[in-house]
Amino acid sequence: MTEAVKTPAQMAVSDEVAISIQNMNKWFGSFHVLRDIDLTVNRGERIVICGPSGSGKSTLIRCINALEEHQKGSIEVDGTLLSSDLKNIDKIRSEVGMCFQHFNLFPHLTILENCTLAPIWVRKTPKKEAVETAMHFLEKVKIPDQADKYPGQLSGGQQQRVAIARSLCMRPRIMLFDEPTSALDPEMIKEVLDTMIELAEEGMTMLCVTHEMGFARQVANRVIFMDQGQIVEQNEPEEFFNNPQSPRTQLFLSQILGH
Amino acid sequence: MTTLTDPAKGAFRPSMLLYDTRYRSLTLQAIAAIVLALCLMYLYSNLADNLRAAGLNISFGFLADTAGYDINQTLIDYNSQSSNLRAAVVGILNTLLVAFLACVTATIFGVLAGVLRLSPNWLVRKLMAFYVEIFRNIPVLIWIIIIFTIMTAVLPAPSAFRGDDPDSSMLFNLAAFTNRGIYIPGPYFTRGFGLEGNGGLNWILVIAVLIGSLIGTRAVTASANAKQEATGVRPKTLWINLAIWFVPIIVVLFALGLQWDIPALRGFNFGGGIQIGGPLIALWFALSIYTGAFIAENVRAGILSVSKGQTEAAAALGLRPRRVMSLVVLPQALRVIVPPLISQYLNITKNSSLAIAVGYADITATLGGITLNQTGRAIECVLLLMLFYLIISLLISAFMNVYNNSMKLKER
Repeated sequence: MTEAVKTPAQMAVSDEVAISIQNMNKWFGSFHVLRDIDLTVNRGERIVICGPSGSGKSTLIRCINALEEHQKGSIEVDGTLLSSDLKNIDKIRSEVGMCFQHFNLFPHLTILENCTLAPIWVRKTPKKEAVETAMHFLEKVKIPDQADKYPGQLSGGQQQRVAIARSLCMRPRIMLFDEPTSALDPEMIKEVLDTMIELAEEGMTMLCVTHEMGFARQVANRVIFMDQGQIVEQNEPEEFFNNPQSPRTQLFLSQILGH
Repeated sequence: MTTLTDPAKGAFRPSMLLYDTRYRSLTLQAIAAIVLALCLMYLYSNLADNLRAAGLNISFGFLADTAGYDINQTLIDYNSQSSNLRAAVVGILNTLLVAFLACVTATIFGVLAGVLRLSPNWLVRKLMAFYVEIFRNIPVLIWIIIIFTIMTAVLPAPSAFRGDDPDSSMLFNLAAFTNRGIYIPGPYFTRGFGLEGNGGLNWILVIAVLIGSLIGTRAVTASANAKQEATGVRPKTLWINLAIWFVPIIVVLFALGLQWDIPALRGFNFGGGIQIGGPLIALWFALSIYTGAFIAENVRAGILSVSKGQTEAAAALGLRPRRVMSLVVLPQALRVIVPPLISQYLNITKNSSLAIAVGYADITATLGGITLNQTGRAIECVLLLMLFYLIISLLISAFMNVYNNSMKLKER
């Protein structure tokens, strides 16, 4: 990774609240997935969420853009209260970008069309402008020459970078990442992480579910550990990795860092 | 390091024909071809011997002879003095008519039921599951007979419409539903061209106007696309499209003096207007609901084959459900839906030969039924029948494959 990367403390975080989650609970049927989640994210903050599988970390960030519905408590994104009101959901989704573990690019559209689809149909951008924006972000993720290919013709790492570019084309103020590198070959993980680091350096507010602890140390302001639907511990990366408080966190860290 | 070189070219040994991958498949294909040719030669010589022994020959001259039988529903002029060939053409047209009608309605039923079977509404979902399971698990012949029997048993005879206080009355005095079929008003022209015939030129004019409207709406769509590309806002096209469809055709029909021939009781039956015979309705409806149940399953499978991640990614980008369906899910689902849809269209065409069960005069009933029995030309008739169904099926198949190839996903 490049030397120009600043330490987390050097990157500016404003006092403005981007996401505010209060006393949020969610059930899948009778299974209590998320219990009393309280979380405030400031603008420009970069948060890494980790925890064992089934701990509810993906569900948590999927609640933020209403891909999952929460049953109790409140979620506020940029001052918009997330309710069942379609207008609010639309507003929040247009401010929040998301990247998935399996990329979820649209296989019947070219890379360029993947990137221009939402700006054209949701933002009502003229096509020429949408194409310019798309090419700008494809250059940013370093694959402008693949614009006319189809997703099936690209490698996993390239596809994930396209997925990031596709989200950025909607000019989101917040980015959610749901295990963006879990489905990738080791040598492709770096190219995706580099893209995410670049994004972080530009001050994007990011919530990232990942097990890339190197990335967490380098980029995050805060690391959150979840277990059994609860936030068990949250701290600055140095403190979190070197001096974990709860026994559950200690066990988890010893398991993922110990090999 | 090993270096790859061309394998040494050893001398050719006969055993290589079977054990060398380069020759093996060629050898096997050659053997299969020879066996097939021998079988065909045996069958042909067997046929020739038997025909000679029975004093018969193969000749298609019977097609020009007088048919000598009546057909209850015909699309072209026909009477019992027409030739067997004309009877066959009447049958072909009847087969094509019912196959076309059933393909259209089966697709409508199938798409509706398939989409509704995925509805979040419990009652709708279960009703559609009930429809699919009931109709696809009972043979279509039984459905044809059930529907025909219900029609003849429940609907009144034409005589019930007679008298001062009739048991039955016509719907809005326009259409009559009887056990012999449905009678609806038929359009005819009082001005314009070709009135001596059956107004053929006028109909061509009407069709030309409709094609013009179609081109017009395509132009509107193209201009809407261009406007969206330039400004981002897609103009509303509903009203202008409706105007393009309806205004010209209404003006033309008015200019040609369109009148409606309303069916009325004449003698023992209804006359005038258009008669849709009971057999056609029963066959059409039975094929539609039966095949519609299969198509519903294809549609459901197609929509389910698009992974949930696609819907989620589109929703996360802010697309509304309707747009998610039309821009992301359906284009991908069609790839899965179209190939089995071809099979269902072929099934409808071939199942339409069950028409004979309710006396609908399709090609199997005319050429393969009455003509065959009257002339005794079994081999010729069956050959022609097979040829007809084969050609129609191959045409449908070719058409749908062209469409399917244009929908294919690009990988590599």
